[in-house]
Amino acid sequence: MALIELRSLTKVFQMGENAVHALAGVSLDIEKGEMLAIMGPSGSGKSTLMSIIGCLDVPTSGSYLLDGQAVEKLKDSQLAQVRNRKIGFVFQQFNLLSRTSALENVLLPLGYAGLGARASREKALKALEMVGLSQRVKHHPAELSGGQQQRVAIARALVNEPAILIADEPTGALDSKTGEEVMGLFQRLHREFGQTVIIVTHDPFVARHTHRIVRLADGRIVADMPNPNPIPAGTPRPELEI
Amino acid sequence: MLLTQNILTALRSLMANKLRSALTILGIVIGVAAVVALMAIGNGATSDITSQIQSAGTNLLSIQSGRMQRPQAGGAPPSFSPLTLKDYQALQAGLSDVAGIAPVYATNATVVFQADSYSVSVTGTSEDYLKVFSYELDKGRFFTASDRQSVKQVAVLGATTAGELFPNAEPVGQSIKINDVRFTVIGVLKAKGSSGFSDPDDIVLIPLETGYLKLFGANAIRNGQKTLNTIAVSAASPDVVDSIKTQINFILRRQHKLSAEAENDFRVQSQSDMLETLSTVTTTLTTFLGAIAAISLLVGGIGIMNITLVSVSERTREIGLRKAVGARKDHILIQFLIETMTLSLLGGLLGIGLGVGIAQTVSALGLINSLVTASSILLAFTFSLAIGLFFGLYPAWRAANLHPMEALRSE
Repeated sequence: MALIELRSLTKVFQMGENAVHALAGVSLDIEKGEMLAIMGPSGSGKSTLMSIIGCLDVPTSGSYLLDGQAVEKLKDSQLAQVRNRKIGFVFQQFNLLSRTSALENVLLPLGYAGLGARASREKALKALEMVGLSQRVKHHPAELSGGQQQRVAIARALVNEPAILIADEPTGALDSKTGEEVMGLFQRLHREFGQTVIIVTHDPFVARHTHRIVRLADGRIVADMPNPNPIPAGTPRPELEI
Repeated sequence: MLLTQNILTALRSLMANKLRSALTILGIVIGVAAVVALMAIGNGATSDITSQIQSAGTNLLSIQSGRMQRPQAGGAPPSFSPLTLKDYQALQAGLSDVAGIAPVYATNATVVFQADSYSVSVTGTSEDYLKVFSYELDKGRFFTASDRQSVKQVAVLGATTAGELFPNAEPVGQSIKINDVRFTVIGVLKAKGSSGFSDPDDIVLIPLETGYLKLFGANAIRNGQKTLNTIAVSAASPDVVDSIKTQINFILRRQHKLSAEAENDFRVQSQSDMLETLSTVTTTLTTFLGAIAAISLLVGGIGIMNITLVSVSERTREIGLRKAVGARKDHILIQFLIETMTLSLLGGLLGIGLGVGIAQTVSALGLINSLVTASSILLAFTFSLAIGLFFGLYPAWRAANLHPMEALRSE
């Protein structure tokens, strides 16, 4: 059984008079330990798919099995728990709490998990070490570079040892060199710890860092191909072909 | 751990907007300070007046002339019947079980000793005055029934009056002029001590008959009758107060020739009546002050709600993120409730401080006595917490019910 099993997912948003079909029947299996990209132009439904996979939203119809659990039947509080235990999010804009230190940002999910103070601190420090920020635990987001902020966000996503790491345009707010460093970090987490990583992006260059590329258009999957030779991190972005 | 995190988060967010937080809690500060200060002043005034009534003498009954009578059914014109010397004499003759009866006619007069003049209330009364109003003699003697009958021009001074008129001299035996009439000081009263609004030691007492003949003039005479302001009756014991009240009613109704249906044209009040009246007044006052304080607390609460709504919409992304990393609705709800309760609690504590400060300043300036009670502080404290909880609920509920995805995408 796959870690994620999506069957005929639809999502309909009511926009005034019109019903917008953001997802029009998506079926997808993702195995444990995969690193894949979900690609598509804006409006293709990739963000909606991401929020359903991440349990931030529920589908209008269809079924979603996460680790054998039927997610579409869960109540609000149970969804919150699934997000807390099984899913780690990384966002384009980092979404760090600006008035708290790097350590406290990483501690946030553990607080909602109800973990004790001492154990929490140990786990959070370990997660920060994993992303190479052991020297910056007391710094506030404003005192960190964009790349460092994104690494704090990745540490926060990893701290509860989630089954899935979901990154939504993780390099979108970074320059290309820093973006490559962040992609390298995802590749390392995948290679060394077998972390399942889903990267949602519109950027083909970013997508080609992964092992599988799923293309979405108009709420449907239009292509699902393996990428046997992912770009190693640190590769300079090719010149734009005109 | 989550609770301490919540409190820390609340304090951080409040500290990040210091001016805004300060302005927000101002309403609560003022409201709570008003509750504490006004209740302290109310309590102080009540205990002052109570002790004044009690120090006026135990078992005291006071008779006053009634208000203007309503026009009678028979078409008789409205009448006003003052208390008269004859009423006093009838009571003197008819009442049993009394320790003393003091008729009172008081007027303001100027008292002159050598070059010093002093304005004071001069009271014509009987030899029972001391007993009825619980005064004691300090020096000299009090006037007697025979002093009254022979219209002696003698006066007894209260402690304050004596001190003002005779700062250096011995008052007893001195000759003074009251409104240009010569009197001899024969005694000085012991001080009762000031209690609140009037000084019971600032008085001059003279024999009633002397007053009518030499001092009070035509004002004291109505329809050929010598009038009185008050007749004070002291019962022999507390048990007979009610029976004396009945006797007074009987004697005075007969004296005033009231028909069976007519209402009393005088009022008899015992001390317990007066305390009862006072407690009615105090209750009204407290309700009124409470209403004012409640309104300002309400306004303060609305201010808190307003600012928290602003804060929720400013922090929509933060709420989305918290939900994304696993916060349940109740986590968000509690986080914002802690924030509003921290605000209102802080406002409450500052308000209590300010209120106590105001109450003590008022006392220290000698304006009015104030009495801060633990119950008023507890009330204010509880109320401010409740305000925070009540007015925080709606914004917190809004925050808790934000859709995580939409919250994350908001700008």
